[in-house]
Amino acid sequence: MRFFHLIWGNLKRRKLRTALTLLSILVAFVLFGFLCAIKQGLVGGVTLAGADRLIVRHKVSIIQLLPEAYQARMERVPGVAAAAHQTWFGGIYQDPKNFFMQCPVVPEQFMAMFPEFRLPPEQMKAWRATRTGAIVGRKTADRFGWKIGAKVPIMSPIWLRKPWVFDLVGIFEGRDKDTDTTSLFFRYDYFDESRKAQNWGQGLVGWYTIRVKDPAQAAEVARAVDQEFENSPAETKTEPEGAFIQAWANQIGNIGLIVASILGAVFFTILLVTGSTMSQAVRERIGELGVLKAIGFTNGQVLGLVLAESCLLTISGGGLGLGLAALAIARGDPTGGLLPLFHLPTADLLLGAGLCVALGVLTGLFPALQATRLRVVDALRRM
Amino acid sequence: MSDQTPKNDALVRVDGVEKIFHRGSEDIHVLSNLTLKVPAGEFLALMGPSGSGKSTLLNLIGGLDRPTQGTVEVAGDRIDRLSDHALAAWRARHIGFVFQLYNLIPVLTAERNVELPLLLTSLTKAQRRKHVETALAMVGLSQRAAHFPRTLSGGEQQRVGIARAIVTDPTLLLCDEPTGDLDRKAGDEILNLLQALNREHGKTIIMVTHDPHASARAARTVHLTKGQLTSEAVK
Repeated sequence: MRFFHLIWGNLKRRKLRTALTLLSILVAFVLFGFLCAIKQGLVGGVTLAGADRLIVRHKVSIIQLLPEAYQARMERVPGVAAAAHQTWFGGIYQDPKNFFMQCPVVPEQFMAMFPEFRLPPEQMKAWRATRTGAIVGRKTADRFGWKIGAKVPIMSPIWLRKPWVFDLVGIFEGRDKDTDTTSLFFRYDYFDESRKAQNWGQGLVGWYTIRVKDPAQAAEVARAVDQEFENSPAETKTEPEGAFIQAWANQIGNIGLIVASILGAVFFTILLVTGSTMSQAVRERIGELGVLKAIGFTNGQVLGLVLAESCLLTISGGGLGLGLAALAIARGDPTGGLLPLFHLPTADLLLGAGLCVALGVLTGLFPALQATRLRVVDALRRM
Repeated sequence: MSDQTPKNDALVRVDGVEKIFHRGSEDIHVLSNLTLKVPAGEFLALMGPSGSGKSTLLNLIGGLDRPTQGTVEVAGDRIDRLSDHALAAWRARHIGFVFQLYNLIPVLTAERNVELPLLLTSLTKAQRRKHVETALAMVGLSQRAAHFPRTLSGGEQQRVGIARAIVTDPTLLLCDEPTGDLDRKAGDEILNLLQALNREHGKTIIMVTHDPHASARAARTVHLTKGQLTSEAVK
């Protein structure tokens, strides 16, 4: 800290240049924060997926339905503890841009399968008692200002092609910060009976989630489930929940690769910008570095001063950028709910902090080494 | 003239020193078989025409450069044998430099500039402040402590440079044309100051100068011509 005023003074030497460099680093880290949050929104579910849960879908495609009768057969497969089904409803609330997922489910089975959804017992009781009852996650309830007792009309372009009106009987919370609370669930029995009117789809469900007794045996259980339905009209494909979510996200593309590519390009540019600033800053004061060496600063101390200066620059800019990103992200999903999760994970925040330091070291190292290699007498001539 | 030996013990011993610079395939002999002894407490002026090797000799004595051949011993240390790291630490402990162009750090105030060598010591902030105040008082600049170099006159900047050179109480003060960039009045003030440091505080000073008026203030003047000591004048 005793050298701080020297480091700070050098940064203030060219205020405009320092401000512009700081600004470019800040923008890069705001972008980093947002991209990390978007990535989390798209693939975050993979890391949150239950290790003991498998997804069973139609072997051809997720849009092909499976018989409801498969559930009992699945539950008899050795290693399977429980099974619950869901079906894509694809409804629209008022406007297509108000997207959120809706699925008909069997309440008891569903809530037992997904303990990360927390529903108060009296609301669960009300759901059981109300045939047209639906529960919704906190995020969507807050988004549309829904309260318990509200009637929620949802138009389904798939099922009956008419508005379905649900009685909101419960609002569930997430067990963890990352739990997706954007979906709405309603009763399967109401859904299935209503489907009679369109004379299609009755007794069919979208996919199953099964819980295995021993996660270590998940692969064997998955094989056994698929074998159970081999050569049937609706063969299945069973995979871990994480792989299922990943495949779903991959419909957009390899999110991780896209994010890494954008960030790679941004940080490479910032590396050049900051590196150039630091090189220029050191070149401009070679004589002064010579003076420092003449009065007894060692090469290591000169190296440390230059590195500290570049790190101070990147840590200030990066820290401000990450802070701004975190504040903006905390205000909510800018897509209006398309992303089930939208927050800056602590791991990414730490990665960002690490990148600030790494950027500082990388951009400062070359000019710092140049400074240490200076012969004092040569440097003094350039004062 | 190969040996300039005063009678008392030498603080600086330069013995048989040669300095050759290489420029492309050309070798430039700047100092040739030079021997010089400077006793403790002396005020020595080094004079000579441009390119005679005065500054090179000063750099060798100050541990900023190494001889191609020969030995340089200051305060009992063979500095030509020290590593870069040890030499830097040695300079911090023993040498105070005063440069022709003051060489102050423009982003630091006068007091921060003076404090710079003290940052390399283990002194506390309060101790450093006290040393800085003393040094600035000695050069008569206590009132200008918070000023940045750009707001000081040339003479004042040089006095800050001298305060920075003496703040650690070094063994040896090396001045490279300290009045070379100043008018006569400011130059005289600087020379008065150096003379006072020598006479009243016993500082050993080696001063490179072109100016006979400046060298007249020194107790002894030696002349260099083409890398060799050619004459000596003792007051």
